[in-house]
Amino acid sequence: MTPEQANTLIGERFTTAQIEGKTPLVVTLPVEQWLAFAQFAKDDLRCRFFSFLTAVDWKDLGLEVVVKIDNVDDNLSMLMKTRLGPSVSVCPSLTPLYRGANWMEREAFEMFGIQFEGHPDLRHLLLTDDWEGYPLLKSYAVDTPHPPYR
Amino acid sequence: MSPAARVELDYTGSERLTMNMGPQHPSAHGVFRAVLTLEGETVINVDAVIGYLHRCHEKLAETLTYAQYPSIASKTDYVAAMTSEFAYVRAAETIGKIDVPKRAQYLRVMVAELQRVASHLLWLGTWCMDMGGALGGGATIFLYTIRERELILDLFEALVGARLLYGFFQVGGVRYDLPAGWAATCRETVDLLEQRIGEYERMLEDNPFFMARAEGVGVISRDLAEDVGISGPLLRGSGVAYDLRRADQYSAYEDFDFRVPVESSGDCFARYQVRMVEFRESLKIVRQVLDKLPEGPVSSRPGLKSVAQTRIPKGEAYVRVEGPRGEVGCYLIADGSAKPYRMKWRGASFSNLAVLPHIIPGHKVSDVVAIMGSVDPVFGEVDR
Amino acid sequence: MPEWLLPIVAPFVVLNVVVGIVTYVTLLERKFAARMQSRIGPYRVGPHGLLQPIADAIKLMMKEDIVPDAADRPVYNLAPIVFLVPCMLIFATIPFAPGLGVADLNIGILFFLAISAMEIVGLFMAGWGSNNKYALLSAMRAVNQIISYDLPFIFSALTPVLLTGSLRLSDIAAAQDGLWFIFYPVLGQLAFILFIISTVAAENRAPFDILEAESELVAGFRVEYSGMKFALIQLGEYAHILGTSFLGALLFLGAWSGPGPEWLGPAWFLLKAMFIFLLVTWVRWSFVRIRVDQILALSWKALLPMTLLLLIATAFVVVWSGNGIA
Repeated sequence: MTPEQANTLIGERFTTAQIEGKTPLVVTLPVEQWLAFAQFAKDDLRCRFFSFLTAVDWKDLGLEVVVKIDNVDDNLSMLMKTRLGPSVSVCPSLTPLYRGANWMEREAFEMFGIQFEGHPDLRHLLLTDDWEGYPLLKSYAVDTPHPPYR
Repeated sequence: MSPAARVELDYTGSERLTMNMGPQHPSAHGVFRAVLTLEGETVINVDAVIGYLHRCHEKLAETLTYAQYPSIASKTDYVAAMTSEFAYVRAAETIGKIDVPKRAQYLRVMVAELQRVASHLLWLGTWCMDMGGALGGGATIFLYTIRERELILDLFEALVGARLLYGFFQVGGVRYDLPAGWAATCRETVDLLEQRIGEYERMLEDNPFFMARAEGVGVISRDLAEDVGISGPLLRGSGVAYDLRRADQYSAYEDFDFRVPVESSGDCFARYQVRMVEFRESLKIVRQVLDKLPEGPVSSRPGLKSVAQTRIPKGEAYVRVEGPRGEVGCYLIADGSAKPYRMKWRGASFSNLAVLPHIIPGHKVSDVVAIMGSVDPVFGEVDR
Repeated sequence: MPEWLLPIVAPFVVLNVVVGIVTYVTLLERKFAARMQSRIGPYRVGPHGLLQPIADAIKLMMKEDIVPDAADRPVYNLAPIVFLVPCMLIFATIPFAPGLGVADLNIGILFFLAISAMEIVGLFMAGWGSNNKYALLSAMRAVNQIISYDLPFIFSALTPVLLTGSLRLSDIAAAQDGLWFIFYPVLGQLAFILFIISTVAAENRAPFDILEAESELVAGFRVEYSGMKFALIQLGEYAHILGTSFLGALLFLGAWSGPGPEWLGPAWFLLKAMFIFLLVTWVRWSFVRIRVDQILALSWKALLPMTLLLLIATAFVVVWSGNGIA
């Protein structure tokens, strides 16, 4: 499975996806096809290695969820991205497909406020359970005073 | 004393005990809380609570320039600080298309491999200490490996000036060149280490107690390994021949001849074997670097004089490095200014630790520490 | 010495000597372990650290006695004493020289073995009374382990008894005048090895120290004890180890027999006991510990059948070559 073959296969199945790059292969999708593409990547492209999941805050353009999955046998790496749109913070969860997404999505939830639908146990991972605000958003200033000083 | 401090022995259902291997624990490898649900001596469930060492690296990186952050990057995986800095610096260089001189690349490889040896020495010592007790046979091996690790830290001190957290890497190369006489000391140290590692192997592998604790314990199947995203010796111990030094061919690794060990049984002993072979291969690489080190500058951007010089043009990259614990990655989005727009640390220990709730249930309490030791987490990477 | 004074003076002297030896045995262990780990050990307090045990004792006496709020007071407070008393009582039957001992019972070794098993009660009281899950887990493991290993311990100690034909400890020692039981072909060596293994396990020494595994249970049943109560528990542990070292020296190494005049007997006895103690300590600082289910498997599936077979074989040998060997 070379990047070119993967490129062709993705182009056939997902016509609304924008593909660029080679290593990694960057695929930008609409959020409705998020789960379907992940399933396709796991089964057909055999990208079974879940590297990471994170989010980026593009201020007015909204949030973007970024996932990296790899095919370790053929050395194919793929970066899946989806723009959630301005003031949207809901995204389907990849945890049923990839067990590694569990902790990563919990972290993205507490840092960006993205609700992952279908996640079995969405609670704070690194921060305390009663933390207010989502720290990695650009609107959360670096010196935001937060009183966990008990 | 507040009522919350009372310990409740609660038995839920069929004689189950909820026990905390709390943040303060001799073998928590840092600050880590595992809430174990026990039935007798068998662990039924593990709820891993992390975040005690969260220091907001990702938010911090948005406020520091590309020249300021590499020294902070070492604080993520503080046991293997060189490889942590490596990932960030390479990410900035990939986006900015900055060349790294050959000598700098070779030096980077050398310190990364020496760091791998130092980190594995600490792993071996602490793992045996977890299994054997701080007052017992484990402490003996711990003291021996720490004695060897000190030799490597002395080398780093002569090179960089710091023993644990270096500021050796900078965008464009490395900061310091080798001082006089360093190469000779390095060769002596490498020879001594190779001999001592042979002693540890004989001491441990001839020991049926050690084998009884390590064999068949904590088996990670290949499927689970890839699904959760564990990397490094854990992945190679489960049968996946995936080493980023071979897969990504970064920083002149293709010039060196080394073997990537793979074991298929997936238990603690397999991971131990992988790491023991990695010891020797790293020492081999260090020797090769010392033999082939080219002359030249050590950085393509030495002595940055102003913030304007640290600008990286718009772009994004995900760059990963084979650290002692696995895939240490840095996803960097640059927006043309001197500070990154977004930086995400992909910590190797974060994904490695996520495998614990899947493999521990069914084992005994004593196996929890053996498995945690063989997973070798460093909480700077987990919590960032 | 008047007849009525002897039962008061003898135990007093023995107890004090034993406590003195026990404190210095801790220093010996620390120095020995340090040398094995390429370091020096206690060095500053007194010349070569010789005053270290005194300093430790003073420190422990001065520490605050912290009792957990939810601990079961009577059980918690009594546990160190219930643990210590059997560990001291075992020195009652050991003869330090022919005729020099507190109580040379004609069931000497039976008394020793029975009393040393009583420390389990103290141990479990400590684990339960602390109201701490770690302590409880450790106490459960302790009961399992010590009971499992007491059986091979008893059977391997019975081999010299069979070879002598008497349960009295001074008889066993005297019977080794010609040949120490450890040198007895096959049976002696096997019995010695099995005795050492069972002792190490019955005393919770590494590699069988699963119940105080610092890396898992953070000091196990001792975790809630501080100050003098902790010192009592430590004292009891080391006294027990010393007692079984003395027993081993008596059963297998000929007790007080050695070259030189008669009055050097107790010195030889001490030396042999130290040899066994150092053997046990050497094992402690070399091996990682094994899991509790592996420990129990070792006892029930390996040691118990072996010691039983050894006992039967010894019985055969005794009968075959006429009653009484030595």
